[in-house]
Amino acid sequence: MASLVGSRVERKEDKRLLTGKGRYTADINISNQTYAAFVRSPHARAKIKKVDTSKALKASGVVSILTGEEIANDKIGGLIAGWAIRSEDGSEMKVPANPPLAKDSANFVGEPIAVVFAESLDEAKAAADLVNVDYKILKGVINTADAMKGETIHEGIDKNLCYDWLLGDRKAVEEAFAKADKIIKVDLINNRCVPNAMEPRACVVDYNTASEEITLYTTSQNPHLSRLIMSAFGGVAPENKLRVVAPDVGGGFGSKINVYNEEIVCSWASKKIERPIKWVAERTESFLTDTHGRDHVTHAELAITNEGKFLAFKNETTANLGAYARVFGTVTPTYLFGPCATGVYIIPAAYTNVKAVYTNTAPVDAYRGAGRPEATYTIERLVEKAAMELGIDRTEIRMRNFPTEFPFKQTLVHTVDSGDYVAGLEKAKQMSDYAGFEERRKKSVANGKLRGIGVSSYFEACGIAPSAVVMSLGCGVGLWESSEVRFNPTGQVSVFTGAHSHGQGHDTTFAQIAADELGISLEAVDVVHGDTDKGTFGMGTYGSRSLAVGGIAIVNACRKIVAKGKRVAAKMLEVSEDEIDFKDGEFVVTKSNKKKTIGEVAFACYLPGSRDSEFKSPLPEGEEPGLIETSFFDPANFSFPAGSHIAEVEIDPETGEVKVEKYTAVDDFGRIVNPLVVEGQVHGGIAQGIGQALHENTEYDETGQLITASYMDYTMPRADNFPEFNLGFTCTHATSNPLGVKGCGEAGAIASPPAIMNAVIDALGGQEISMPATAEKVWKACKVLKKSNSKAA
Amino acid sequence: MIRVTIEVNGKKVSKDAPDHTILSVFLRDNLNLTGTHVGCDTSQCGACVVHVDGKSIKSCSTLAVDINGSKVTTIEGLAKEGKMHPMQEAFKKMHGLQCGFCTPGMVMSAIDLLQNKKNPSDSEIREWLEGNICRCTGYQNIVAAVKEAASKM
Repeated sequence: MASLVGSRVERKEDKRLLTGKGRYTADINISNQTYAAFVRSPHARAKIKKVDTSKALKASGVVSILTGEEIANDKIGGLIAGWAIRSEDGSEMKVPANPPLAKDSANFVGEPIAVVFAESLDEAKAAADLVNVDYKILKGVINTADAMKGETIHEGIDKNLCYDWLLGDRKAVEEAFAKADKIIKVDLINNRCVPNAMEPRACVVDYNTASEEITLYTTSQNPHLSRLIMSAFGGVAPENKLRVVAPDVGGGFGSKINVYNEEIVCSWASKKIERPIKWVAERTESFLTDTHGRDHVTHAELAITNEGKFLAFKNETTANLGAYARVFGTVTPTYLFGPCATGVYIIPAAYTNVKAVYTNTAPVDAYRGAGRPEATYTIERLVEKAAMELGIDRTEIRMRNFPTEFPFKQTLVHTVDSGDYVAGLEKAKQMSDYAGFEERRKKSVANGKLRGIGVSSYFEACGIAPSAVVMSLGCGVGLWESSEVRFNPTGQVSVFTGAHSHGQGHDTTFAQIAADELGISLEAVDVVHGDTDKGTFGMGTYGSRSLAVGGIAIVNACRKIVAKGKRVAAKMLEVSEDEIDFKDGEFVVTKSNKKKTIGEVAFACYLPGSRDSEFKSPLPEGEEPGLIETSFFDPANFSFPAGSHIAEVEIDPETGEVKVEKYTAVDDFGRIVNPLVVEGQVHGGIAQGIGQALHENTEYDETGQLITASYMDYTMPRADNFPEFNLGFTCTHATSNPLGVKGCGEAGAIASPPAIMNAVIDALGGQEISMPATAEKVWKACKVLKKSNSKAA
Repeated sequence: MIRVTIEVNGKKVSKDAPDHTILSVFLRDNLNLTGTHVGCDTSQCGACVVHVDGKSIKSCSTLAVDINGSKVTTIEGLAKEGKMHPMQEAFKKMHGLQCGFCTPGMVMSAIDLLQNKKNPSDSEIREWLEGNICRCTGYQNIVAAVKEAASKM
């Protein structure tokens, strides 16, 4: 039987999604539902003196209006930070309360203050406008770099500082710096991005007055985790009375990890008003209140020898958390960032210091890559600058500092189990015709254009593990994943997973894995996810963990099925277990070639009726009937995908427009389950990274108004912003899981911003420029370049 | 309230709706055709694209009453007798979708492109789809799907 793992299998979910039969949260309507409209703070920072709902309550169609006072009276808990980070001095991080409806103060534009439920959406919105909130407007703290100097936002949190974290050895770094031939320095801003999943957040809640059960349909990447948080911290309902369903979800990119105010409020309110509730975000509400990504201000230095050997690295970063610390908000700029700071290089001494600050802006949390794009951008800018200053070829300097032996124990945290960084970069050079670049540059210059090339070599740590380690680092929960595999009596298999697919294609890739393990057809396997009433508790999908963690739980559950099947087949075939081989879906007696298919064995496990009066159970003594197995997989290590990307840009100095002419990506994801799906993940990641590098700017004005809060103002990359990406792969298997797989979801977004920026800066003759390199900024840089060139001449 | 009488996917419908009802809302809420999606409120994202009298339009910025008497085709109306339209088939074959949210608008828009231009180049496809935003695919496989469909239609 040909292996399905490794094949370009077309996706099982596509037909439904292509024919308009997808079922997204906003598509769900419940009879007698009310519509929610939230009253949101128009101010970045204000005291709430009074919320007057009297006029709004009299408006047409209004069913109920609830405020922060009522939710506090009902003792509904707020939103939480999922990781406890300790400062360098050993003190605990400082986290403010984050109530679902603000009662005393509003801390960012868009923060919900009250909610109106009405018979129609129009009526809900009209009434929300009539809710009169009396604010005392305060001066907001907006800017990341200045946040520690601003007024105290949250009482008791001095300097607006959540923590001042250190990873690494300052003394060793200073000693190495003292011996260096040269010190390369960069000052970088990693620009804030809005994740912008195309489906705006939404929730539909149905409270069953008979069973007292709340069903929440929501746009979540992790419904089980949402239920746990809402139950344990929100106190909305006990877990057994709260069902969370994340049906088809239209993209997440990290922004749908968090449990949000609206989900808690609507779930609580549905029980209170005894009516179903529907809420769908408008795009501007998404811009204002979805968690954002990145937003670092960094000063970093690399100590090197004249031969281009790296000696030591230091990184001083201020990370903006926004107004509140959310689920992955505090870990993103620490354990997802610091351990990756030294990139794919041997750097004997290193440290990363991060000051995480609160500001009066939308909360910042995981966004595709989460911490690793920021780390990669920093080290790859330093490396490229080092090559330029030493006059060493940018690929050569990388080669000189790559480890060549694996496992590779990094200076800071990770032991990277497998990789071949040299092979990746060599392949990228060859595929991109790196050698021919200078000729292409000459041609561009002859046409009045500027041309640049940039390299980015990266590794990343995904599928955060093992649980014991992540919990010792402050995570509120272990990061394992679960699966249940149910062999039905008539031969089809349902695979339940705690991971969640919102575009990743798990219906297909997970089915490929199960079908191969069980030796059955792809069509016989159904993957079920996204409903806390179906399958075991699981952690959900983020951090490129679904395959390397969740996929392995499926493998292990399937292997338990086969193990039981073998015991039963032995009894049926009247041989001992060790005389049986399992291959291609058949239990075969090696000597006699007598066999039973896995379908026959599964059928027998359910003890089908028999007219035989001499009926003998096919089950061995003590074996339970049925064929259902569960696995909870907790990997021994992260998985470490890596690769090299090479970008080539052409700039029109007259307009400042940057055109990405060529983009080559060579990645090592270990064993690939479905190349079609993996290529799609890489394409999407690269596009998001190019978006960050060239287009996407999240701009708050000095009063804290988000002035890029719609697609009219925030540049979403379009089809004509990209060339055709040229993809290649190398393969070293991960050793921490039985499939040898590594995560692939974030790599593109991690590698591409520095590749693009290195190319832009190369084209600009080494002039530093910040992301996003918009036409305006580049045009200005071209003017400077022209001036300095004419002076030189 | 105002009466909206149109033909949708070959069936005549006639329903009362508030005067200001936009076509996307009429399709989704009044006709339960939820395949047409709404991803923004500023006529930018293109998830809501449908065909009105054969031409692609953004249904989020069209009043339902304004197209009285017209023929509308939505994503639900493309497959015939259980067989997907060649554009839908091509999107599946080339992995032109991931989360699927932008997909209905993308498919409707792409079909209109091929009505206008039989064998568009890569850059013509990219330019035409400028009004449809996708966050998942990086557009590469969408372009590949449109070319694949062009070769089959």
